[in-house]
Amino acid sequence: MSTTIEPRSAATADRGGAPSEIVRVHVPQRSFASELRAIKIVWKRELIRYRSDRIRIATTLVQPLLFLFVLGSGLQTLSAASTHGVDLKTFIYPGILCISVMFTAMFSAASIVWDREFGFLREMMVAPVRRSSIVIGKCLGGATVASFQGVIVLCLAGLVHVPYAPTLILGVFALQVLLAFAITAFGVMVAARITQMQSFMGVMQMVVMPMFFISGALFPVSGLPGWLAVLNRLDPLTYAVDPMRRLVFSHLHISPIARHILDPGVTWWSWHVPALLEAGIVVALGLVMLAIAIWEFSATD
Amino acid sequence: MSRSAAEAPEQHPAAPASNPAIVVRGLEKSFGEVRAVRGVDFEVETGEVFGFLGPNGAGKTTTINMCCTLTTPSGGTATVAGHDVVRERDDVRRNIGLVFQETTLDGYLTAEQNLRLHAELYGVQSSLVQARMRQVMEMVGLWERKDSPVRTFSGGMKRRLEIARGLMHSPRVLFLDEPTIGLDPQTRRSIWDYIRTLKESEEITIFMTTHYMDEAEWCDRIAIMDQGVIVALDSPAALKAQVGADRIRIETDDDEAAIAALLERFEIEAVISEGAVTFRIPSGEAFVPRLFEQLGVPIRSVSVSRPTLDDVFMSHTGSSIRDVEESGSSDRNKIMMQVMSGGGRR
Repeated sequence: MSTTIEPRSAATADRGGAPSEIVRVHVPQRSFASELRAIKIVWKRELIRYRSDRIRIATTLVQPLLFLFVLGSGLQTLSAASTHGVDLKTFIYPGILCISVMFTAMFSAASIVWDREFGFLREMMVAPVRRSSIVIGKCLGGATVASFQGVIVLCLAGLVHVPYAPTLILGVFALQVLLAFAITAFGVMVAARITQMQSFMGVMQMVVMPMFFISGALFPVSGLPGWLAVLNRLDPLTYAVDPMRRLVFSHLHISPIARHILDPGVTWWSWHVPALLEAGIVVALGLVMLAIAIWEFSATD
Repeated sequence: MSRSAAEAPEQHPAAPASNPAIVVRGLEKSFGEVRAVRGVDFEVETGEVFGFLGPNGAGKTTTINMCCTLTTPSGGTATVAGHDVVRERDDVRRNIGLVFQETTLDGYLTAEQNLRLHAELYGVQSSLVQARMRQVMEMVGLWERKDSPVRTFSGGMKRRLEIARGLMHSPRVLFLDEPTIGLDPQTRRSIWDYIRTLKESEEITIFMTTHYMDEAEWCDRIAIMDQGVIVALDSPAALKAQVGADRIRIETDDDEAAIAALLERFEIEAVISEGAVTFRIPSGEAFVPRLFEQLGVPIRSVSVSRPTLDDVFMSHTGSSIRDVEESGSSDRNKIMMQVMSGGGRR
């Protein structure tokens, strides 16, 4: 690095006495390395904030747990006839793995609005780094934090009769990372346009809840009414929930009929969409939204 | 200003003695219909404390924002630390420190984490971060509080920490936009002590805005800004000398008679202001003995005051800065607010 060291710091602890020698530092020219470093810093800050905010860790767990254990247990009696012996909690578990990640990612993106309101965004925007580095760091940070949260829910697998198989855990985790990234990118893209926390939360609720309900997190995606089937295939979250469910169900020992009904897989005009393509859709959407977010932040003064 | 591309910026032969830290030529900024800054020219010498004085909405913040690359000028040029603010934005940013009106600290992080984050963002060599951090934090008296979350800090402490953070990367120019706004007089005083200390200990140019007249006195030179233009630019003493006349206030037993006597015997037009007979005269102290001798109306008390910057402002704009703040600028502020929220950027 092109940093110059002038006088050594006089590390004396004299208080307000004679001015000790000045520690003079130097800001290097912008380079690829400095951009990577900026990404790392923004990412790290997300982690520091997440770690220091225990309440957030707890509160964002409440909703998934409510769905999983309250809704799952409560509706069990109603659904017992049609699930062919599979616990309803087991059935909705892949969906819950998705929403726990979604909510956390959404909150991470919300912090950009928060930062704007409380000025910190400005501190980052005037630094000698590219806006894109800040946006990328933010998305990676949000994705990391959301994946952590996802891991907490992943640890509950045993409680809903899902085995702790290494391939299952790794696969689910990978999908969670992709989803977390895409949702954070989406949130940052929205946050670029919105300056108030209330509006942001409103917009996110308006988008995230329908996405969640339509995605098939709570129901099988075959045999739906026509309008819902169309909406379902258009919902990006469908392509995160479905591979997640396929992965979980492939590790369950259940009857073929139950598998057929509960895990039909997403079809486009009766063509089964491969899981890899589904994951690819999530990644592609994430990248598109990241690009839009970068463009939006670079365009502002 | 015109610099051939072949020359290295540091070895400019044309200006060996004076090497201005900031050069601004014909700088303009319009927000839609509103012309916030209408072509300003000035230079700030290296090592100077340069103040921008004016009422709210005069265009001070817009000018400072253009100088520190936050706002793109509509016209004109600005060079900071030898770099053009539009074409060499990142080079300008590497060389400047910023302290904004509103806090831009992360309240969730500790003071130390805030400063470290800043140092890393600017790429300060990691082996020097600790020493530099200690130095700037000791300067503003916050070293003992380095592990406290910033949200527990008072307004004055936050501002001090922001100044420390603005210095973390050894900037050549430090921009302070209303650094003492909203602070109590004692804290304002201590902020100024830090700024003076800073000027002595670091080779740094300080560019600041304020609308406190008394604070502008601390600057080496000030530019008075009103309605988007610079109306006066000089050292506080020189500006006050331009106004010339001192202000004399006398309390008498009969104010009417005193005013009549002043007009008759000295040809001075006096007015009653804030309950006392007030008038202006050059070298007021020398005039006081004559006043007592010749006025013929008993005087209970007399005070002579030197011209203040408020008088300077008044002589250039025809109204006092407080008058402008209270009446005229409220409309202007409203327009500015609309423009800023509508544009979504500053």
